[in-house]
Amino acid sequence: MGLRIGEIDLASRFFIGSAGYPSPHVLQEAIAASGTQVVTVSLKRQLAAGGVPGDFYAMVRASGARLLPNTAGCRTAREAVTLAHMAREMFDTPWIKLEVIGDDYTLQPDPFETVEAARTLAKDGFEVFPYCTDDLVTCQRLLDAGCRILMPWGAPIGSGQGLLNPSALRTLRARLPDALLVVDAGIGSPQHAVQAMELGYDAVLVNSAVSQSHDPVKMARAFRLAVESGRLAYEAGIMAKQQMAVPSTPVTGQPFVL
Amino acid sequence: MSMMITVNGEPRTVEENASLADLVSALGQPPQALATAINGDFVPRTAREGTRLREGDAVFTFQPIQGG
Repeated sequence: MGLRIGEIDLASRFFIGSAGYPSPHVLQEAIAASGTQVVTVSLKRQLAAGGVPGDFYAMVRASGARLLPNTAGCRTAREAVTLAHMAREMFDTPWIKLEVIGDDYTLQPDPFETVEAARTLAKDGFEVFPYCTDDLVTCQRLLDAGCRILMPWGAPIGSGQGLLNPSALRTLRARLPDALLVVDAGIGSPQHAVQAMELGYDAVLVNSAVSQSHDPVKMARAFRLAVESGRLAYEAGIMAKQQMAVPSTPVTGQPFVL
Repeated sequence: MSMMITVNGEPRTVEENASLADLVSALGQPPQALATAINGDFVPRTAREGTRLREGDAVFTFQPIQGG
């Protein structure tokens, strides 16, 4: 049931984002309810000299979850590499969720800059979690660049549309059996998480669907159950669909032959 | 003598020969509260003391925030 990333064993396959919660307290409660062991965080440029970090960082650190910093906002490999190094120092982890955006409207990742940054970061000793599309060849190039994990989108970030192209995600799973695959972005409801896990994905990362819910703590629990449910179903093996009815009750002919 | 640099896009005057560590200290922040870059290149905390600022440097300081 668990997940292994390098030398790290994780019991939970549900990664949670920390942005957009009504308050740090709700975030803290949601992290607890989610059962997650991986929480994404970020860095931002300080706008005013003398500004002090909020209590958010101390709170997330106290949750005991592993931190997965991202490179949100980067447009080039160079920017992402610099930000990744800053994040490694700040958060004291070699894990980096590599995001290099190529289009402002869809927030679609730039495959060329992402692969270039991934290659540099892998050489620099990072465990790179690249945010990518479901394009098979791009994913293969990311593995060639030294990634062991891939984070293909289900749909554009924050859109909540679910898995827009399950067929492409299924192809990735089939063609890249040794990669750790995490659906990142676009998941809107627990049913999408179940679907991703039933496809054999190793984990899902969810942020907006939890943080934008009316009750993020309850939704965090809903996703926790969904991820567990989908994974169990995948491990158990889902029955093949049949074109016609197949009787499930082992009756002998008609009950009453009159 | 003093020099002009920018810090997170804002002009700032610093003493000639000031180090990046001097600047972080002048910003009133503990060294571990932020990460630093000069002209787009990461400067580790351990290298701030030995990194001299130069006229026109663009210094960026980053702090932890929530992220998805």
